[in-house]
Amino acid sequence: MKIIVCVKQVPDTSGKVAVNPDGTLNRASMAAITNPDDLNAVEAALALKEQTGAEVVVVSMGPPPAEGMLREIIARGADRAVLVSGREFGGSDTYATSQILASAISKIGVESEDIVMCGRQAIDGDTAQVGPQIAEKLGLPQVSYAAEIKKDGDTLTIKRMLEDGYMTIKVKTPCLITCIKELNTPRYMSVDGIFECYSKPYEVFDYNTLKDDPLIDPTTIGLKGSPTNILTSFTPPQKGAGMMLEGADKETCEKLAGILAAKHII
Amino acid sequence: MSTFNNTDLAAFKDVWVFCEQRQGVMMPTSYELISEGRKLADELGVELCGLLLGDNVEGLAKELGGYGADKVILCESPLLKEYTTDGYTKVICDVIEEYKPEIMLIGATNIGRDLGPRCAARLHTGLCADCTHLDVDMDIYRDFLRSASTLPEEKIAGLNSAMVLGQKHDVSRDLKMTRPAFGGHLMASIICPRFRPAMATVRPGVMKKAPFDQAKADACQIVKPNFSLTEADMSTQVVEVVKAAKKLVDLIGADVVVSVGRGISKDVQGGIKLAEELAEVLGGVVGGSRATIDSGWLSADHQVGQTGKTVHPKIYVALGISGAIQHKAGMQDSECIIAVNKNETAPIFEIADYGICGDLFKVTPMLIDAIKAAKAAK
Amino acid sequence: MDFHLTREQEMVRKMYREFAETEVKPLAEEIDEEERFPMETVEKMGKLGMMGIYFPKQYGGAGGDVLSYAMCVEELAKVCGTTAVIVSAHTSLCCAPIFEHGTEEQKMKYLPDLLSGKKIGAFGLTEPNAGTDASGQQTTAVLDGDHYVLNGSKCFITNGTVAETFVVFAMTDTKLGNHGISAFIVEKSFPGFSVGKHEKKMGIRGSSTCDLIFEDCIVPKENLLGKEGQGFKIAMMTLDGGRIGIASQALGLGEGAVNEAIKYTQERIQFKKRLSQFQNTQFQLADMHTRMQAAQYLVYAAAMKKQNHEPYSMDAAMAKLFAAEAASDVTRRAVQLFGGYGYTREYPVERMMRDAKITEIYEGTSEVQRMVISSHLGVK
Repeated sequence: MKIIVCVKQVPDTSGKVAVNPDGTLNRASMAAITNPDDLNAVEAALALKEQTGAEVVVVSMGPPPAEGMLREIIARGADRAVLVSGREFGGSDTYATSQILASAISKIGVESEDIVMCGRQAIDGDTAQVGPQIAEKLGLPQVSYAAEIKKDGDTLTIKRMLEDGYMTIKVKTPCLITCIKELNTPRYMSVDGIFECYSKPYEVFDYNTLKDDPLIDPTTIGLKGSPTNILTSFTPPQKGAGMMLEGADKETCEKLAGILAAKHII
Repeated sequence: MSTFNNTDLAAFKDVWVFCEQRQGVMMPTSYELISEGRKLADELGVELCGLLLGDNVEGLAKELGGYGADKVILCESPLLKEYTTDGYTKVICDVIEEYKPEIMLIGATNIGRDLGPRCAARLHTGLCADCTHLDVDMDIYRDFLRSASTLPEEKIAGLNSAMVLGQKHDVSRDLKMTRPAFGGHLMASIICPRFRPAMATVRPGVMKKAPFDQAKADACQIVKPNFSLTEADMSTQVVEVVKAAKKLVDLIGADVVVSVGRGISKDVQGGIKLAEELAEVLGGVVGGSRATIDSGWLSADHQVGQTGKTVHPKIYVALGISGAIQHKAGMQDSECIIAVNKNETAPIFEIADYGICGDLFKVTPMLIDAIKAAKAAK
Repeated sequence: MDFHLTREQEMVRKMYREFAETEVKPLAEEIDEEERFPMETVEKMGKLGMMGIYFPKQYGGAGGDVLSYAMCVEELAKVCGTTAVIVSAHTSLCCAPIFEHGTEEQKMKYLPDLLSGKKIGAFGLTEPNAGTDASGQQTTAVLDGDHYVLNGSKCFITNGTVAETFVVFAMTDTKLGNHGISAFIVEKSFPGFSVGKHEKKMGIRGSSTCDLIFEDCIVPKENLLGKEGQGFKIAMMTLDGGRIGIASQALGLGEGAVNEAIKYTQERIQFKKRLSQFQNTQFQLADMHTRMQAAQYLVYAAAMKKQNHEPYSMDAAMAKLFAAEAASDVTRRAVQLFGGYGYTREYPVERMMRDAKITEIYEGTSEVQRMVISSHLGVK
């Protein structure tokens, strides 16, 4: 049994974010982190590995420096990693990305008892599309927003969160699951894992590795294969600063209440 | 798929809205999207069509007309009673291939965001996720950019085409799908120039619901297409659907939101209690920044911000919230923002209408008293 | 000299930092206030390999290096001095002497549980009348057939109440002075062994510090560590390594105080300016950071020498001397920058100042370090 986990390296948008004068993001100014939801997927895979002895394979599409992130995931307990990397893949939107990742996953091989896991969404785009689209391209059943996963033989019972409750869904392997942070708390890397991670198997799949897959075609990958285009990107205007009230005492609060009342806000 | 050529753009027309219902109750976002879809259909001069799937849900169909749908495509089957990815994707893709709409809108609920990408991948078309603004008409779109972006006027005025596969492509009839990216630091307008339908999932609570019109509801036409769906088409099984026992906070519908942030860390329960008291005095609900949800101090339904809910209440009070951009993205359109924070340089003060630099644990009780007094004096 | 960390060292530091911020920092105030040993943290650290960082995997260690161990203590101390010394005393004072001086049987018997954190280790050298003058040992060990009988007591034993494995020193031959001291591996369960009163301390208050009491304590003969009479040498070698741990603790405490002071002075407004806008603040912080950076070079150099099996006794002494004095100075200055708030327990700097003081005292006072350094210089 094998669990293939898709992860993405993203700029950390939780800290200070710099935007270039032309409205694009200054990625160099931001730390690169593993997408948080993806770590929940990794943890779910590692928990299943402990239960079943499954092999955990982590796969990412990105530039060569993403190796560092993949090694860190090996240091958490994954068995091996695959980086999908190539100039031909650049400029892909979610659709094209899904095709490429689906072909990489096919190459790794999805057998009858295997599971593919993804984070719900990445914090750079927040699209939540790549997981379901990989499932469609691989013809796998999908369960998204997983908050609990139980495995019994080839059947997974998954608590799938809704805004106003949840569904309990049964699905058989092979399947694809997208994970949310309520699912678990990702473990840390271990010291032993760190000192071993560079000696574990690591492969790079480039265009030549994947080009024989029917999903891979110059018209289905990269910018040319992306159904969507960016018309324009821009930064929203800052709302002007309001009024800083003097002090922080009873008088200040009364003054504020007075203003709100006078303006009929309260 | 033999007759379905999704690159023959001229063959596609009409605006469709997937109208999500759960347990026979329409999701509020369906009405928002019908209302928004009406505008887009008018800009294109085409019909607006609701797409309703379920079992015994015909009773919900006509009401969609009251918000602007010209017709409703109704697909009923016991197999569609509960949402399943496979069942819904198959039926929706089949009817899309048959009727060929040019635009397909889906509410960006947990179900919409499961369904949308699967359908788009099957139809081989573009999908823009979690949109906060939609336009077709270029003049209206340019006006939107003038108010919502920092782009220079010459760039906005000159915007009428995009380079697509090395060719200049006129975007005047394309759906311009605008969404935040990078936690709200950037906005992007996306088009789907080469394939149809152009698909978008739309963030709940962003689009405004139109007033209900009974006459339009009565005139709404219901279409029941033939479709096939069998158990064999479905690979997942819904064992049960459970509604959250606890009533979830209705942040989106609230007139007043009092949110707490990391600033309550030294006394979490005390801080939440103060926020609840202030919310009660103002007639509102309590929300929280991502930090409070990630720390487990408040449940996820309280989260305001890029990854939480977008709110625009009449009053938004931020207690001990520094105002990280992803928080601001979810509340900066509030009518009146009041911020209390110990740190004078906290970014929240940059967008607050009224700011008090002080300890929320000291200021909030005084503010509660002052507001009570001011209300009593009215 | 290579000032670059390896990719594994960079990664392990990142892990320590996340762990310290998420698991250790939130408890620091509470365990200090309540004088509570953070057992839950030790369990977590054990699972992550942090209780046996630089020992080989064959004994259950994590297969890391000495610098990775020093960085662990440093990162923990940035947020909690108590948690840092738990790791330091366990690793340097108990695991290290067993690993370096133990027989294969002793190593296989004791190290796996220690290095995985299942058991905590401690070190018993100091006695009421043998502090800085460790040669004045009064605890005795008398061979009686297949076992030794130990009598006497130890004091100020870090991890004392929670440890299950102790490296203990006793006189096997009172006539031979230093050469009559021997080292033993003592289990908590050995008959005649007990722990005494818990010390109430100024700092590192979550760390357990207590007396060890030996009343006809039976220690099997095979638990002699090294040979009879090698105890003093083992103790001194152990303390050389221990000094790297304490130097790292001091380093982390000082760096933690600098971090807190940088944050606070950018928030605090006086005279309508942020404190950080005053040149006094800027200069203070520049000096504080510079001292800690210098300390870091000394500590890392000592750790790397130990890793490379080069003589490092003087380096460890210099690192501990400098880092401890720098930490005391820097934490005190941090409290001063915080003003009245710094003196309250609402902010962590007063705790860091209390915690830092001990680093000038234990595992050899600063005066002892100066003795060690000057003797290496041949100054008599």
